[in-house]
Parts: sequence; C-alpha cells; structure tokens
Amino acid sequence: MIPREFDYEAPTSLQETLQLIASGERKLLAGGMSLIPMMKLRLATPDSLVDLGRVPGLNHIVESSGTLQIGATATHHDIETFPLIRGRCPLLAEAASHIGDVQVRNRGTIGGSIAHADPAADYPAALLALEAQIRLVSASSDRIVPAVEFFLDAFTTALEPGEIVVEVLVPAEPGAEGYSYEKAPHPASGFAIVGVAARIQRSGGKISLARIGVTGLGARAFRAMEAERLLESGSSLDQAVATVGEGEDANSDLYASAEYRKHLARVRAKRALEVALRRAS
Amino acid sequence: MATTTVKPETLVGKKVRRREDPRLITGTATYLDDIKLPGMYHACVVRSPYGAARIKSVNIKPALELPGVAAIFTGDDVKDLPSVPCVAQLPGLRMPHHHMLAQDRVYFVGHPIAVVVARDRYLAADAADAVEVEYEELPAVADPEKALAPGSPAVHPQWPDNTAFTFHQEGGHIEEAFREADVIVKQRITSQRLIPMAMETRGVVADWHAAEKSLTLYSSSQAPHLLRSLLAGIFGIPENRLRVVAPEVGGGFGSKIDIYAEDMLMTFVTQRLNKPVKWVESRRENFLGTIHGRGHVDYYELAAKRDGTMLGLKLKIIQDLGAYLQLLTPAIPTLSVLMMPGLYKFKHISADVIGAFTNCFPTDAYRGAGRPEATHGIERMVDILAAELKMDPAELRLKNFPAPEEFPFPTATGLAYDSGNYALPLKTALAEVEYDKLREEQKQGRQTGKLLGIGMSAYGEICAFGPSPATPTGGWESATVKIEPSGKVTILTGASPHGQGEETTFAQIAADELGVNIDDIVVYHGDTQLVQYGIGTFGSRGTAIGGAALYYALQELKEKIKKFGATLLEANQVSLSGGACIDEKSGKSVSFAEIAAAAYRALKLPPNTQPGLVATHFWEPPNFTFPFGAHVVITEVDRETGEIAIRRYVAVDDCGKIINPLLVAGQVHGGVAQGLGQALWEQAVYDDNGQLLTGELTDYAVPRAHMMPWIEASHTVTPSPVNPLGVKGVGEAGTIGCSPAVVNSVVDALSHLGVRHLDMPLTPEKIWRIVQAGGQA
Ligand SMILES: Cc1cc2nc3c(=O)[nH]c(=O)nc-3n(C[C@H](O)[C@H](O)[C@H](O)COP(=O)(O)OP(=O)(O)OC[C@H]3O[C@@H](n4cnc5c(N)ncnc54)[C@H](O)[C@@H]3O)c2cc1C
Repeated sequence: MIPREFDYEAPTSLQETLQLIASGERKLLAGGMSLIPMMKLRLATPDSLVDLGRVPGLNHIVESSGTLQIGATATHHDIETFPLIRGRCPLLAEAASHIGDVQVRNRGTIGGSIAHADPAADYPAALLALEAQIRLVSASSDRIVPAVEFFLDAFTTALEPGEIVVEVLVPAEPGAEGYSYEKAPHPASGFAIVGVAARIQRSGGKISLARIGVTGLGARAFRAMEAERLLESGSSLDQAVATVGEGEDANSDLYASAEYRKHLARVRAKRALEVALRRAS
Repeated sequence: MATTTVKPETLVGKKVRRREDPRLITGTATYLDDIKLPGMYHACVVRSPYGAARIKSVNIKPALELPGVAAIFTGDDVKDLPSVPCVAQLPGLRMPHHHMLAQDRVYFVGHPIAVVVARDRYLAADAADAVEVEYEELPAVADPEKALAPGSPAVHPQWPDNTAFTFHQEGGHIEEAFREADVIVKQRITSQRLIPMAMETRGVVADWHAAEKSLTLYSSSQAPHLLRSLLAGIFGIPENRLRVVAPEVGGGFGSKIDIYAEDMLMTFVTQRLNKPVKWVESRRENFLGTIHGRGHVDYYELAAKRDGTMLGLKLKIIQDLGAYLQLLTPAIPTLSVLMMPGLYKFKHISADVIGAFTNCFPTDAYRGAGRPEATHGIERMVDILAAELKMDPAELRLKNFPAPEEFPFPTATGLAYDSGNYALPLKTALAEVEYDKLREEQKQGRQTGKLLGIGMSAYGEICAFGPSPATPTGGWESATVKIEPSGKVTILTGASPHGQGEETTFAQIAADELGVNIDDIVVYHGDTQLVQYGIGTFGSRGTAIGGAALYYALQELKEKIKKFGATLLEANQVSLSGGACIDEKSGKSVSFAEIAAAAYRALKLPPNTQPGLVATHFWEPPNFTFPFGAHVVITEVDRETGEIAIRRYVAVDDCGKIINPLLVAGQVHGGVAQGLGQALWEQAVYDDNGQLLTGELTDYAVPRAHMMPWIEASHTVTPSPVNPLGVKGVGEAGTIGCSPAVVNSVVDALSHLGVRHLDMPLTPEKIWRIVQAGGQA
C-alpha cells in the first residue's frame, strides 16, 4: 500500500504542462482517484508525475453558443451540482451523482475519468448519449474527437502520447428533452455492473430522437444504435431494448456473468428509457 | 458536616452519551499507528503469492544493500521458536507447527516469508519488493469438501486426508427420534467464508529495553493480558517484565483476540536490534493475513411429528479451518454444536464436526463465532420443515419453544438456558409488521407477479464466555475500583473494550452504586501494567462478566465506606445513598468526599479496618448467559433483475437488563449490518490455486451506510439470573438474528415457485436465475 518512489512536478501553466509531458514519459495526475490507488498497489509505477492541480483555466464550466465547455479538471462534484450543468445538461449531472462517494466526487475529475477509461465508469455512457466531443491538446496539436471515437477499449482511448484532455464539449439540451441514467452498481466497488444513459426527444407523440449509451457491459462504453434506430422508427420499447448489447463481448466476473450483465443492460435500458420518455414533454 | 445531600438521578437504563466519543470524533484518539517512539524502525513483511509452494531459495542480498535497511530476517532465523499459539484443545487434534516465518513451504497466499526492517516504512516496502524468492508451485486446495475428498492435494504433506480433527457429540437417543418421526427434512446449508474487516487494521509496536530485559508491546488487541501471557511463554520473558498495551482499538469483531505471527515477529526483531520497531498491516494484508470467519458446509436432518413437534436434529459440519490453527480455530464449530437446537425443545441431537485443512488463511472467531452458523442452520431448517408440513413458520416456532416456567431449560447439548420468554419477541415483532395483513398482501401480490417475502428468525445465543472450564482462555473477569483521597473514582477493568463503550456503561454502574457524579469516574483498560490481570473483550462478555466483577468490587468498597462513615458520624449503623453516608437515627450525614479524605488521612480508623479505599474483585460466572430475540424482515424481490429490497427490518432483542439503550441500539445496528453483509453481499472466495479473488474492498462487498435498511429495534427484558446486573450481552445478537431472517424472507418470496433453500450471499444473479428457471436452482 506504499507506492514506489516517484518525482513530482506541479506546473502552473498549460504551456509548461504540455512541454513536460511532450516526451510521453511523465504521467499526469488529476484527482488521483484512479491513479493513486493503482500506485499504492504498485500496479502503476510511474517515475514522474505532473500534477494538473495548479494549472489555471482547466476547470471552467461555461456555455458558448449552445455548447457547454467543461474543463478537464472540473470535479465530479462540480458537474453534479453546477446550476449550468443541472439546467442545460441534466443527464451529465445525474451520471456524475452516481460516481463513487462524496470524497471521490470532490477529488475526481472528468478529464481524469475519461482518460482513464475504466470500462465500468459512469461518464462514458452519458457522453456517448450526449454526442459529446473531447478536445485534446499537445505541445504541437489541438484537435477535437467525438466521444464515439475516443473510447477505444478497456483503459484505452484516442489520446496520443504527449496529449492531454483539456475540455469536454457537450451540446446544451433543448428544454423539452427527456433523459435518465440508470446504474446497477457493484456492491463493493460501486462501479457500474451496467449503466445506461438515455435521451429522448418527442414530436407529435412520436420519438424523434433516441440516444442510448451503455457502460459496464463490455470492454468499452458504446452506443446502442440499433435500439436508437428502432425507437426512432416507431418500434416498441421491448423490441428496441432487446437489441441492446447484441454482438457485444460482455464482461464477466464473480458478481455478474456475461449473460446476466447483458440481461441487466436490457432491463436497465428499458427503465432508463421509460423515465426519459416520462420526462420528455 | 453536611446534613442534607441531593441524590443524583440513577443512570443505569438511561441513554447516557458515550464518553469515549469526543476523542474519537475529534480525531485525537491514539491508535496503534499514532504511536511513534524515538529511534523506531519500520517493518514490512514479504509474503507468498502462492497458495502452496516449495520455497527453493530466498535471496535477501539485493534488499539488504538498499539505503536505510537495518536487517532482514527469514525462516531460518526463527526456526527454533515456538509455534503461533492455538489454545483450543480437542481430542486427537492435529496441530501443525505454525512458524512465524515460512520454513521450506508456504501454505497460503500471504504466508510470511521474511521481515524487512528499515528506517522508514517506505524504504521497508521498497526493500521488501527487492527480496528475491524462488518458488516451486504445488497443487493447492481451497475448498473444504474438496480437501476431504480422496486424492486431493495435501495441505500438510504429513496428513494426506487434510483432516485436523473429528468431533462427535450426542444427546438423547437420536435414532429413536428418527424412528418416531412422521417427517424428516434434510438440507445442505453453507455459511460462507467471511472477512471480519475491522476499520483499523492490525499493527504492532515492540520496544525492548535491553538494560531492564523488559519489553513493551503495543498491539491492536482485544485481549492484552492473554497476549502478554502467551508472548512471555514463547520468548521466555518474565511476565512482570512484559507490558502489553492495547491502545485505541478500531474494531476487532473477534479478529483481534488472536496472537499473530506479526506480534511474535516484532518481539523477535526488537530483541535482535535493540530498537523499537513498528509494523502496521495494510488493508491487502488484512484480507490475506488476519483471521477469517465462518467457512461451514453443514448437512442437516430434522425429524418431527406431523403436528410440528420437533424431535431430533442431526448435523454434520465441515469446517474450513485454513492452513493453520489460530488461537481458537478448532473450537469455533464446537460452539455451533452447542447451539444447534436453537430455541427449540429437541430431546435428541447428534453432531459430527470435521475440521478440514485448506490452503487459505485460518478461520477463527468472527462476530458470533459458531452461533451465527448454528442459528442460520436451525432457523432455515425450521422454515423448511414448516414448508414441508404446510404450517405457518411462526406457529411452528411458537409450538416448540420452552415455556418461561421451564427455565433454567436443559438442552440436549448439555447447556442450561438461563432464562427466557421466547414467544414474546417473536409475537412482538410479528405484531409490529402486522403479520396477517402481510400474508394477505403476499397472496394478492402473487397474482400479479409481485414477489413479497416475510421472513423471521427466532434466535438464541450463548454469551458471556464463560465459565472457566468451558473457556480455553479462562472465563472470569476482574475489576479494581479505587476511590482516590479527593473522592474521585478510578475503575480498572480486565475487559478490553474496543468500541463497545464500557468506559460509559461501567461508569454508569459505579455512579449508581456509589451515588456519585459520573464525571467523577474514569474507566481504564487495555494496559497490563495499569490493570490487574483480565481476560479481555469477546463473546459478548464485557458487561455480563466484567460488569459483574465491577459490581462485586463496588459492594466490597461500599461496606468499607460505610465503616468509615459510621466512624465519622459516631453511629453504629449508617446507610449509603445519594453519595453520602447517613445516620438513620440522627439524620446526620457525611459526604463521599469527606469519607474518602478520612480513609486516606487515617486519623481515626474504624475497628479492624486499614486505611485506603480500594477493592479488587475477580468474578467467575456460574453459567453462560443466553440472550434471545426475533428478527422479522420484509423483502421485495425484483423479478426482472433478482435484486432484493428490504422493506422493513424489525428486531426485537432480549439481552436481559439494559444498562444503556443507546449502546445496545448501536450493537444491534452494527450486528445487523454484518449479518446483512453475509446474507446479501460478502464472501471470501479463493480459487482452486488458493488465490483470494476477493482480496480488495473493490471486490469484497462490506455494507456501507447507504446499503442499510432502516432498523426498527426494540426490546423485551428477561433478566439473567446468572449475574447480579441481570444482563446477558448484546455484542453479537444482531449478526446472529439477521442472516436467517433475511434468507428466510427471500426464500419465502420465492416459495410458491418451489424454492426451499438458498445459500448465501443472495446475489441478484443467483435470484434472477432461479426466477428464470421457475424456481429450479
Ligand atoms: C472509492 C472510489 C469509487 C469510485 N467509484 C466510481 C464510480 O462509481 N464511477 C466512476 O465512473 N468512477 C469511479 N471512481 C473513479 C473516479 O471517478 C476517478 O476520479 C476517475 O476515474 C479518475 O479521475 P481523477 O481525476 O481522479 O484522475 P487520476 O486518478 O488523477 O488520473 C487517472 C488517469 O488519467 C490520466 N489523466 C488525468 N487527467 C488527465 C487529462 N486531463 N488528460 C489526460 N490524461 C489525464 C492520469 O495520468 C491517469 O492515467 C471511483 C474511485 C474511487 C477511489
């Protein structure tokens, strides 16, 4: 429970940070809620840490022309409680409220969570359903990647060496939208056995838009596109959710087998959609 | 002299706030890891990653060369020292020598191989990583039933059948019962391996004073005197030169009664280095190297009459012992045998216990220690019998309880239940939930697919360990009461509370007996240099035995106080009340403080009386106590997901007289949390290679606050005749009553699908599969 010896640097500007990590050898430290436990178990043994905590201008939460810009070091607690997010992107606030406990939400950051890309993390489901984008910056580049292209595999993202997540861009929700995040937490870790984020827009009694993000089921979070399509073309909820996770290689552990997880994903998807439908005016 | 005094209100039975809390809440209590001695070294233990392996070589050289490393010791250095002790005795018990560091083999994951001592704990951890151990992995066995099967790998090569002992007990004529029976129900019931998970892990600071040849050992222990006696014997240190201190102890649940390899190792290291040395267990080590609990596979057979009269009970227990025998390991399943009849009037019992070695850490006493297993078994069997007879489970229970006038009630296992009114808590709990209405709701609900469960347990437990002949550690307890010259009162108890709150309850008892203000009383414990010899805190014994010892010490003192009072008042006879001695004839009185001053100033001594006001009492109880109660749990099962929601949890416990209802509620709540943990979430799972798959808190599901239902706790009060306080003990009640009530409730919810039994933990997937299969497990 004691990490290996490591160096520690706390740069005070983004420029400096990018230079420090340019070589790809140093590891970023944000809230430390995933990295430090791994270091204490000596599963991660970085030689050098670069702390993002003192870099200014990385934890903003603002809206600009219909898009919410959420800085990488905004904490889960910020996202859960900020009026702007609760008002303009309640799905993300709801997902954040399901993460860990108060202490974890006070320290952990959205940038750290998505960079870590735990297959059972909560944000990815919401970000996929929200069709969010992620801005990645390095000393020599600045690019925007859609969430679907960001989460590649368990603990694997589109981040290149020397790159850092600087912000998450989420389209602000039109008021009439319905949403819900349904999570079945593991009783020990609190992470999602499965978590389903749903968004629904209705027009004239029909579902005009459906977005479903699923986490915990497989190696990476994914969008249940077939179910979305079925819903948008008038199929029943049952028909739609029956396709959730089809073809996915489901995780399996002591607590929940692949078969049960898949079943649970469908039940939870249905419940998330039911709530979202109720909320959509 | 004052002529009037105000009698303070009595405190026993009142919700007095815990006096230990301010230091705990403000973070100023001193736990083991807070102890820092000048020049102290830090130790880290190198542990086996294998469940079974031959050690081919241990190379400490690269580690020794690292900066700050003072010494490294391996198995060879300690090979001549005695075994880690087990004090339980059974006929024919096979006791492997449990070296504090592995010799040529390792027997479980986490087995200590070497101890690295360095200037700080970081260097120690780095150096421990640098110790090179070469292993040859051997086949392991982690499941007790597999261990007993022919051809299984031998945990200890000298005992290929992996059998540590067999134990048989009989009462009445079991075959007769089964001949007379109209119905016989049988079931295999498991109580899974659990990890006690005290909030504070273990730790030791050992400090050898070479010049005095004396040792001070701080250890997060529930039984410091026992630790002192055993260490003294192992290391040949005179007991009067060995001081053991249990500082603030952050929970034990039985896991800190034991003497561990690390207590011995640190004693060894400090003697070798002449420096104080500290070892603090990491959470990972706590999973791997602190005792586990339960680990039963039980086979039950119950014989009954068609009218529900229970006749006989047969039980075969396969106890997963682990690789070694810790302090009480083999004794725990024998407690299950003692309590196998539960609260029912069985005339005939027969029990067999087989203790199986496995490549796992040893099991030992964990909250309830043998009684949760027994209660879970009998309470499940009663429900199974009720289903077989198509009888209401409450009615079946009520039919088989002894009546209040049958106490002391002799059991077929040779016990005498002290006092009881077993029907009362059950009836109270059922009335509380409106049982009949619920059954109606259940019936209605089933038509629409709703799964509502109504489950109950009527539990009894054996507490206050215990008469010394039945308790391997000795079963009495001690108390000293000192009235200081100023009239302040100091209590020294041989019990060793670690969360139970006796600093409060013992002060309540003394305040009432002496008639003094509770703020004038301080209770000390846990330091063998300060406190007279004692046994410790476990088995719900603290108040029932330690409190009784205190009561008798107080009576002795009261007599002496009255003698001094009579002398001061120049009266023949005085009474002691309201903190003063009163001459009934003249109405004159003399205060407690004045008497204390006079007893130490010693100007005028009563006849045949020496100065001072100190009394010590050692009390040997004549019997155990037998608390009881009923828990009723209403569950709703989500048929789509298998998830279980607890709608109501009603606990009606009878722990005899209640000294402090706040503390009793705390014990019930904590106990229920651990019982629920077993029923729904917790399990220590070793794979076939002896790897602990649930070795982190991310995998091992301890209930957290948000997972707890609201507990509606109330009490009936049946005083115990065993001790003068009338108390029975409540430390383990919640755990014992809980798991069968929860499982009975969930089985009840699914009973119309044909479900008769479910093994714990009741994970959603398990339930979902059963519902899917229409009840077929
Ligand atoms: C007890 C507990 C319970 C938890 N429960 C949940 C849960 O229920 N659901 C859930 O989703 N999560 C849970 N978590 C994880 C938590 O959300 C973490 O906060 C999160 O995964 C990591 O964020 P962090 O800021 O703490 O990152 P850190 O731990 O500091 O870093 C994580 C990784 O991301 C990298 N990194 C950090 N910031 C950036 C950046 N801006 N750009 C690029 N790389 C970066 C680091 O180098 C590191 O590799 C839990 C954690 C704990 C300790």
